[in-house]
Amino acid sequence: MATNSALMGFVHRRRRGAELFLLVLALIVGIGAYAAVGLGVDGEVPTNLIGYGGWLTLLVVAAHIAVRIVAPYADPVLLPVVAALNGLGLAIIHRIDLAKDTGLASQQLTWMTLGVVLFVATLIVLPDHRLLARFTYTSGLTAIALLILPMIPGLGTQINGARIWISLGPFSFQPGEIAKVLLVITFAGYLVVHRDALALAGRRVVFVDLPRGRDLGPILMMWVVSLGILVLQRDLGSSLLFFGLFLVMLYVATERPGWLVVGALLFFGGAAVAFRIFSHVQSRVDIWLDPFADADGSGYQLVQALYGFAWGGLVGRGLGEGMPQRVPYVESDFILAAVGEELGLTAVMAVLLLYGLVVERALRAALISRDGFGKLVATGLAAVFALQVFVVIGGVTRLIPLTGLTTPFLSYGGSSLVANWVIIAILLRISDQARRPLPDLAADEAEDPDDQATQVVKVMPEWR
Amino acid sequence: MSELTLFLVRIAYLAILWIFVLSAISVIRSDMFGARVPAPAAPGKQPRAPKPASPRRGQPTRVEVVQGVNTGIVADLAQAPVLIGRGNDAAIRLDDDYVSTRHARIVESGGQWYVEDLGSTNGTYLGSQRLTQPVPVGLGSQIRIGKTIVELRK
Repeated sequence: MATNSALMGFVHRRRRGAELFLLVLALIVGIGAYAAVGLGVDGEVPTNLIGYGGWLTLLVVAAHIAVRIVAPYADPVLLPVVAALNGLGLAIIHRIDLAKDTGLASQQLTWMTLGVVLFVATLIVLPDHRLLARFTYTSGLTAIALLILPMIPGLGTQINGARIWISLGPFSFQPGEIAKVLLVITFAGYLVVHRDALALAGRRVVFVDLPRGRDLGPILMMWVVSLGILVLQRDLGSSLLFFGLFLVMLYVATERPGWLVVGALLFFGGAAVAFRIFSHVQSRVDIWLDPFADADGSGYQLVQALYGFAWGGLVGRGLGEGMPQRVPYVESDFILAAVGEELGLTAVMAVLLLYGLVVERALRAALISRDGFGKLVATGLAAVFALQVFVVIGGVTRLIPLTGLTTPFLSYGGSSLVANWVIIAILLRISDQARRPLPDLAADEAEDPDDQATQVVKVMPEWR
Repeated sequence: MSELTLFLVRIAYLAILWIFVLSAISVIRSDMFGARVPAPAAPGKQPRAPKPASPRRGQPTRVEVVQGVNTGIVADLAQAPVLIGRGNDAAIRLDDDYVSTRHARIVESGGQWYVEDLGSTNGTYLGSQRLTQPVPVGLGSQIRIGKTIVELRK
């Protein structure tokens, strides 16, 4: 109770002014990169800089105003950080466009517009993140349906060996990106209700307390189904992401380190089985262990990316001065290689730090959130973000075997960009609820022993 | 475009990137320590208004059950917080099957009265709105608890 009353004296400020200041800097980062690309490639500031910059400014200002109105206490750092990442990503994609003569940047800008629209819509439609808890099972089923969609003949399309896209007319969409947000909501909604049962009831087998089947059953089933679908679709990155997400949320909800041990064992077991069964897993590991064995064949992509990093060095070649187009898929999975080549280690570290800040703010929102559901959703979204960044950047820099995932906000890819904007909107909503000062009711809270005896019950959701 | 200019552009851009990162971190830092505590004002100042302040005009002074089995029960708001429920320790004890033992309470904060649901089974309603957090109530606000309605009166 003492910590509680100490927290009660701590009132968050709105910090919307700070957010605006950071957003201006973020716009300078995004538009500056665009101008620098023009200077590097053509030797002049691009002629459409005003139009492009104006559009970017409009989007960012719209998002800022929406936050000001509907989530005034939200975290001031999240929005500027993702705006900067998105702006930098757009400029890098534009740079690759100029090299490859494609038009991906304008498509990405369209997707960003859609992302910001959905960001604002999420904030408006969702005045309280606890509303999401009502859709625990609905969102779980929707997630699984979305994951199955690409396997339907005619609707799903196979690109680069992974069957994770659906094509609707001219658009192709990756439903798994939306599914990951829905799965976070499902896991959080389920775990917040059943976490005491999961943590306390059950038998002890060897060193691990196993929860009862009926407590763990539904969520385990959901998870096995989603993982199974991903394995069938040969989507390694997403499988890894969902597995990690499940583990993190289970660990956070039950506070049992045993889950991490079990999870690690399961991971290595599963990885070993996958290595034996799937040829594409084997080839990924082979490329990882020795990319130079077949530098012109299977290892070409990774080798080119590594050369790019090396050539970029500490401060890079300068935007427009490198040759990022040599790396296949440099605009999506390997965009960090382009950053590393043209802007060097200095910018790569800045980008990594920005990702770290997003994760930190998400975990901060989880820490100060007043309800268990909000805590779990924020933690889950932070875990999604962190794992995704780790898996893809670890793969590009040859720390771990490469598994295809997009770099959040940086990579070309509409579904991922839109889903990430929605993730940020939910995080802002949770932090807004958490930072909003409540009327001071703490004074008479601690006096009644009954009250303290029922504390365990209080962490259960209040909306039931 | 000369080599040197491009070099300067590159360095300037990296500087901007890092200025952004560092400003974001400094905002986080000030967010950690910069929060002000409004409640206790200045420590040297006289504590505002003696505790049993005379009720201001327009302020409720009692809670009354206006509908339900226990119509007519009154509790004085001077003894805030007023606990409403089926339990024996409740200031307003209701014999309503739809009411939890410790159902809701009415508390004062900063001159404003709030009603707060205490995790009841059937919920506390203000109009058609189920309470999820403390909600300000004023004179004449009707709070529905189970099959009972209580009202703030003067």
